[in-house]
Amino acid sequence: MKPIIEFKNVFLAFGDNPVLKGLDLQIQEGETITIIGGSGSGKSVTLKLLLGVLSPDSGSIYYQGKNVTTMGEKDLIAMRKELGVLFQGSALFDSLTVQENVAYPLREHFDYSEKELDRIVAQKLAVVGLPKIEEMFPSDLSGGMKKRVGLARAIATDPKVILYDEPTTGLDPTNTQRINRLILQMQKTLKVTSIVVTHDMESAFQVSNRLALLKEGKICFVGTVDEAKSSKDETVRDFIEGRMETVEPLKIMEAR
Amino acid sequence: MTALSPFFAFVGGVATLSVQTVIKFLRSRLDFFALIYQIEAIGNKTFVLVALVSIFTGMVMALQLSVGLGRFGLKLYIGQVIGLTIVRELGPVLSSLMMAARVGAGITAELGSMVVTEQVLAIEAMGASPITKLVLPRVLACVISAPLLAVMGDIVGILGGMTITMTEAGITGRFYLDQILKTVVLEDFLVGVVKTFFFGFFIAIIACYQGLNTTGGTEGVGKATTQAVVYSSLTIFITDFFLTKLFLLL
Repeated sequence: MKPIIEFKNVFLAFGDNPVLKGLDLQIQEGETITIIGGSGSGKSVTLKLLLGVLSPDSGSIYYQGKNVTTMGEKDLIAMRKELGVLFQGSALFDSLTVQENVAYPLREHFDYSEKELDRIVAQKLAVVGLPKIEEMFPSDLSGGMKKRVGLARAIATDPKVILYDEPTTGLDPTNTQRINRLILQMQKTLKVTSIVVTHDMESAFQVSNRLALLKEGKICFVGTVDEAKSSKDETVRDFIEGRMETVEPLKIMEAR
Repeated sequence: MTALSPFFAFVGGVATLSVQTVIKFLRSRLDFFALIYQIEAIGNKTFVLVALVSIFTGMVMALQLSVGLGRFGLKLYIGQVIGLTIVRELGPVLSSLMMAARVGAGITAELGSMVVTEQVLAIEAMGASPITKLVLPRVLACVISAPLLAVMGDIVGILGGMTITMTEAGITGRFYLDQILKTVVLEDFLVGVVKTFFFGFFIAIIACYQGLNTTGGTEGVGKATTQAVVYSSLTIFITDFFLTKLFLLL
């Protein structure tokens, strides 16, 4: 089967700091794949490359057979319309209400009436278990609620692919479980392809069909959760058991 | 050369953002409500500040001129000197400097915070353009507001000068205003006002550039904000000289 997303020999460096050194990864339609790796290993950068907000130094990224790195503005916008992103810090717009935040991508890409927008926003907020908070501002919400509103915004346009950037980071165990359940629910009910970037192994085991381990700029393991758990590979075992050294070059973090 | 590279990077970055903004202005649908919101925000932020600076500038000029011109028995000309100086130079420059300090800093801090909290990335990821959504309304709002604030600054400054001229130089308000109306011609007024279109553009574009290129978290936001005010203030003085020279040649 042809993959919906494919990274082919992707190289990227920020100044003198190489982040990706020949990344290869294929993602199949409908699956939930989790990219795991230490801090500064280039996981979030991988998502930004797919979104087309960063360009690789060499290599290609394909979305539904189209090369993202050579896409024009129109094609990029059309692709982004099909992608939903849940950001690490939710990235909700402070100056807008929850309703306006969730409606933002809808206003951008469709010509819905205000009544239609209200209906869709209410429906998406109900999906994430937060009905009737439309008039609240992000500053009135807890961290977990912000993440769920961020997810409601990510699914507002019924995307084909959802990208989760550290979805459970900074959340308490209850909210972590809630987000994990929502990721699974998206997969089952919306049949979307999901790419999760995390270093939370419990969450990764819970939500993933496959895991991809990113180390030293390359994917050094791809396999199912069971394959990862039973792997004899030292790198995989080290990461799963929390023994892997994490590299966090300051310049890379700054360049991001 | 290495020491100059940040300067060239800044100039190149601002120039690129300016071109991109003009292209977006010509090609994309303008968010009229965002523009009105920005104009209102700029007006609210700067109106009182410009009025205060202008009135005291007019007053202190009247004080100094009543002493300086008084030595030569030329107190009757206070109104003409104040009128010309404020309308041609001080009104536009001072109001723009206040705008740079208040509005420019605000724009950089706002956009910088949005960058740090990934809100700008979110705009891009949702298929929208940060230039259309964030830069264009702010640039247009500053270009529209700067001349309005300058005109307001001119009027308040002249009135401030009038109060002190009346009390310190013993000249009637009517005579003071008559002298200004006789001396200050439309060309003087236009030279001052036209410059503020450029000042407004530079204030906004530099502030947006600094905000969108913020790095280093919340500390970076503070640094970018300070730089935006310094760079836009310097740009106002530099462009003021060249524009004045250009207008004198025309």
